[in-house]
Amino acid sequence: MSQALVARKSWFEATARARLGGLLDAGSLQEILPPGEAQPSPHLAALDLPGAFDDGVVIGRATLAGRPVLFAAQEGQFMGGAVGEIHGAKIVGLLRRAVQEKPAAVLFLIDSGGVRLHEANAGLIAISEIMRAVLDARAAGVPVLALVGGSCGAFGGMGIVAKLCSAILISEEGRLALSGPEVIETVAGVEEFDSKDRALVWRVTGGKHRYLMGDCAGLVDDDIAAFRLAASEFLAGWQEAEPSLGELRASQRRLEDRLAAYGALRDGLQVWAALGVAQPESVPMLDRDSLVALKEGLPT
Amino acid sequence: MKLQELFDALFPAGRQITVAGQVLTGQAMTPQGPVAVLGTTDAAAIDHRMALALAAFVLDTVEQHPGRPLVFLVDTSGQALSRSQELLCLNGSLAHLARCIDLARRQGHPSLSLVTANAVSGGFLSFGLMADRAYALADAQVRVMDLRAMSRVTKIAHERLVELAASSPTFAPGAENYRRMGGIEAIWPAPSAELLAAALETAAQARAAGDQRMQSGLARDGRRLAAKVADAVSPSMPSALA
Amino acid sequence: METLDFQFASAPVSRSAHTALCGVVGSGNLEILVQAGDQPATCQVSIKTSARGFGATWQAVLATFTTSHPAGGTRIAINDMGATPAVVSLRLAQALAEYRGGEQ
Repeated sequence: MSQALVARKSWFEATARARLGGLLDAGSLQEILPPGEAQPSPHLAALDLPGAFDDGVVIGRATLAGRPVLFAAQEGQFMGGAVGEIHGAKIVGLLRRAVQEKPAAVLFLIDSGGVRLHEANAGLIAISEIMRAVLDARAAGVPVLALVGGSCGAFGGMGIVAKLCSAILISEEGRLALSGPEVIETVAGVEEFDSKDRALVWRVTGGKHRYLMGDCAGLVDDDIAAFRLAASEFLAGWQEAEPSLGELRASQRRLEDRLAAYGALRDGLQVWAALGVAQPESVPMLDRDSLVALKEGLPT
Repeated sequence: MKLQELFDALFPAGRQITVAGQVLTGQAMTPQGPVAVLGTTDAAAIDHRMALALAAFVLDTVEQHPGRPLVFLVDTSGQALSRSQELLCLNGSLAHLARCIDLARRQGHPSLSLVTANAVSGGFLSFGLMADRAYALADAQVRVMDLRAMSRVTKIAHERLVELAASSPTFAPGAENYRRMGGIEAIWPAPSAELLAAALETAAQARAAGDQRMQSGLARDGRRLAAKVADAVSPSMPSALA
Repeated sequence: METLDFQFASAPVSRSAHTALCGVVGSGNLEILVQAGDQPATCQVSIKTSARGFGATWQAVLATFTTSHPAGGTRIAINDMGATPAVVSLRLAQALAEYRGGEQ
């Protein structure tokens, strides 16, 4: 434990490039369209804003525990990781490449608020293209694994994209949702969702809640090495299944049952109690291992 | 336009469509044969219930009517904005709907969507934009955000956005901008059985061709970078369904 | 946004086959890309910055840097979101060290 504390390097605080450096096998990283060969977004320049050479996403190939992977890592510190024309096209191109090259997986380090408003139409269409490209890669037998734990979480269209991936590994600090709490508060009022109530925001959109509900396959400590271990373990045990009517029917039933059971609830505390957690108020305090043990002990 | 007028214009040969809680589902006859019709109405804010109702209908169609074309009628103001919806992972239910449509495509169902009034953000992504091709009526509102709200969020002067919108289709609302960007295939002056028949005529090819929106956006000089960037990353053929 | 271009005489840096990138274009931060230039004793710098009117400050910071570090034979491109001179100097040193180290 103490060793882990000493070695811990926060995923949340790291840049996309630093995350990749610790996630992938040392020396294996080959970036595609690296900054020296790329141009920043002309749409941002037209709005008098400086762009980034990689347009906020690093893509390439590498190995993870010896297995060949393709990766895309969004940079949350640049425009909130939001998807613009070039940013989106890089991800789509990478996923199309996965269909041809059939790597062991595509690792998708999501850290994004969704569509980049400065390029709203290009961004929305690009996210739609990413959605279809993720499903194309999976249909070709390539798992697409979402890793969520950055400061921007996975919101808007990127929240939908995350849920189209084979699985999501998330940290407690990670957040996954559609509309941001600020948007809901602005439109529906502070009594509907107080976006400044951090604890509430995490109980509704945070990693622990999503993991307890089964929306994310794994809960990971906010540590780059922990993400590396969780991703390689997950992929070692995962076989991408063909899309099938049976599987989607099962998923449909699960979602309908869940809506019927919990549709009227408004706080994670209520849902966790309904799930059978004896002391829901203790959930926010539990460390990762205790929470995983708690989930495994829940009635199914 | 009233819903029944819309149905009359699109499906004069007959239809049986039920509307329940802003979700419409049913069957209609066209010169190309029967089609499954589904969608939302009255600027629906898509919630779990609507997404799951649409998804169930897609799965029923795949099971009961193999290969039958899907016609989506899109009228959505986006996603439902509420804490209880987010608590149950609304993005998950929208993703489920998108996966069901994707399954139908892979199992041979051509699909097209028609934006009849509004198409906004999450509601559009998970449904209308998942069709092989999207069309829009000329007076339809297609957008992520209107320019005033965009100006507030981006802190760029509204006048500046208006000025730039005149020369660039990249960010400003409007069906025509989406057509130029390749996201919408064509704009229909009015709902029309003839235009629907023509679209259905090419729907099977559109399905087989895979996602061609980048190429369309390039050809229409609306999205000049995306196709080139994606090709630079993945040099050979764009993805097409096997 | 303002675009600034400068050239400084600077002692030749040991040449690297790689480019080096440092920093992120986030609030109060900047990214710096160092690539091989074509004049061995000159450092060419091209800046895009969100903060207008700081040309003289940039010139001073860069002049100090190119005097105290061998940076000749490089082309440096910068995208800036209002970084302070201290942050600029720090990132420049990091980027140049990475460039000389040949790290990607």
